[in-house]
Amino acid sequence: MANEIVGGATAVAPADPAPRRRSRWQSPVVRRLLRHRMFVSGAILLLIVGLAAIFADLLAPSDPLKISIRTRFEPPGAEWLFGTDNFGRSQWSRVLYGARLSLMIGLGVVILNAVFGTLVGALAGYFRSLDNLLMRITDAFMAFPVILLAIGITAALGPGSLNAVIALAAVYTPRTARIVRASVLVVREMEYVEAARAMGATHWRIIWHHILPNCMAPLIVQLTFIFAYSVLSEAVLSFLGLGAQPPTPTWGNIIAEGRQYIREAPWITAIPGIALAMTVMGLNLLGDGLRDVLDPRLKVQQG
Amino acid sequence: MSAAAAPAAAATVKEPREILRVENLVKHFPITAGMFLSREVGSVRAVDGVSFELNEGETLGLVGESGSGKSTTGRLVLRLLEPTSGSVQFDGQDVLALEEAKLRALRGKMQIIFQDPYGALNPRKTVLETVAEPLLIHGRRWGPELHARVRELLELVGLASYHADRYPHEFSGGQRQRIGIARALALNPRFIVCDEPVSALDVSIQAQIVNLLQDLQEELGLTYLFIAHDLGVVKHISTRVAVMYLGRIVEIADKAELYARPLHPYTRALLSAIPVPRPGAGRERVILQGEVPSPINPPSGCHFHTRCPFAVAECRAVDPPLREVAPGHKAACHLVQPQTAQEGPRGP
Repeated sequence: MANEIVGGATAVAPADPAPRRRSRWQSPVVRRLLRHRMFVSGAILLLIVGLAAIFADLLAPSDPLKISIRTRFEPPGAEWLFGTDNFGRSQWSRVLYGARLSLMIGLGVVILNAVFGTLVGALAGYFRSLDNLLMRITDAFMAFPVILLAIGITAALGPGSLNAVIALAAVYTPRTARIVRASVLVVREMEYVEAARAMGATHWRIIWHHILPNCMAPLIVQLTFIFAYSVLSEAVLSFLGLGAQPPTPTWGNIIAEGRQYIREAPWITAIPGIALAMTVMGLNLLGDGLRDVLDPRLKVQQG
Repeated sequence: MSAAAAPAAAATVKEPREILRVENLVKHFPITAGMFLSREVGSVRAVDGVSFELNEGETLGLVGESGSGKSTTGRLVLRLLEPTSGSVQFDGQDVLALEEAKLRALRGKMQIIFQDPYGALNPRKTVLETVAEPLLIHGRRWGPELHARVRELLELVGLASYHADRYPHEFSGGQRQRIGIARALALNPRFIVCDEPVSALDVSIQAQIVNLLQDLQEELGLTYLFIAHDLGVVKHISTRVAVMYLGRIVEIADKAELYARPLHPYTRALLSAIPVPRPGAGRERVILQGEVPSPINPPSGCHFHTRCPFAVAECRAVDPPLREVAPGHKAACHLVQPQTAQEGPRGP
């Protein structure tokens, strides 16, 4: 046995022909994403909504708040692309500006959610003594139905888009925290984490450099779904009058206002409804695509 | 013998200097039950009173079956796990008494090489970042000097400097193990725990890595605690060998002595399990019956008595101490006769 060991050469590791560098666009993950049909269709849908929101000023030159009695309930057509509402305001302008607010609220929730979810999840997963306490608190939050808790928090804080963001972030953060914690629990047992400890790395460095980067895949996937849910939930809150206040247009309050005229002017509710459905579907498709590519273990088995 | 194994050490004749002394190291992992007010319902006695010392430039091979506590011992020595009791002296310093900041400073001097070349490298970091990390932790800053040091380390372990920009998944198991070794060497350690560094590699690659470790030892004057379950590899690299069974060292001796004259029945069984390259070569086989008992509830007296073909009543009742039976040769067995003036030590 020992002789076999001596027999082996102290060879230098085989050298590859030449050093090479790949650009990010050629990385296998990006290539697989671009070949994923669901991801691409989701991305296109979102791109349409996102560009419409960003360039709302250019695309919709008329003021979304400008009231005109003479042009009430104009149906969609050449003059008014998406028609007008009960105050004669341009639906086209209102839906585009509404997209801006909806997406901003969604993004705000996602950012708060990512920060606090990661923080709580990483603390609970890494410092085991905090785990029980933090997880029981998140359990308490998760015991309530999402929308009921969001309504409760906005009602307590007062209606408004900022409070809606806070409420939705509070509601969704425990979910993200649980997902981050689960990944941290796996990654913290890896030998490279132990290697970092053996080098004398601080807890902070271990979490930031070694654990969190390896927990990103499920987090990113989760955040796309949170984005979708919060756009939808924000619409619900606005519909109930707890989100952004009229006359500021959001998809939720446009639908709420149009509800009374749904027989005479169905376009008032239908158009923001379609926009909302497009956005949520786009985000879900994007999330499914990301999940399949970044985290193949979670892929739903399709018969 | 030791001079033949380490010619570099022989060239500059030095008094053997003790670098590590481990005394009565114990690690019990508690088993808890209950969710809120968890209470201890028992413990796994992973390491149950291990003592040994290591001289500078020496390699102590630590062998034993899975679950014998050899990896735990390695981690306790580095204080990657907190021991339940015992003491570890590294270069005159009491490792277990050090506070966090001082321990962190000492970490550069004692390093570890891992078994799994896939799990030991962070997949999100390039080789450059991985090898540079210990230097960054210990106060170095990014710059041309640091890059030069990383290149030097990569070349030292037989990699090329252009490998620095690649990610771990682009390497084979043997190459990854080299990266892990480069990382361990970054801070000029004096002592390295090699935790089964070749067990996960192909046999042909094992030889390369073992030889690399030996070359580095000669070049840099390293001291190794080499943990393995492959007795062939241990025989090749070690100066002394310790055999562990259920959390205890049952026999420790110079390599040649241990392989030529194993005294403890467990050591004999292990050695007789090494495959012999000559088919049909007659030799005594000691085949153990049964499984390793659970470390949660180890047998009374000698831990090995349940599987020992020679066990007598005394073995079941009294725990045999690890005593010196010949110069430099210790065994923990009631039936081993110490060396007398006329003849050497005798096993059962």
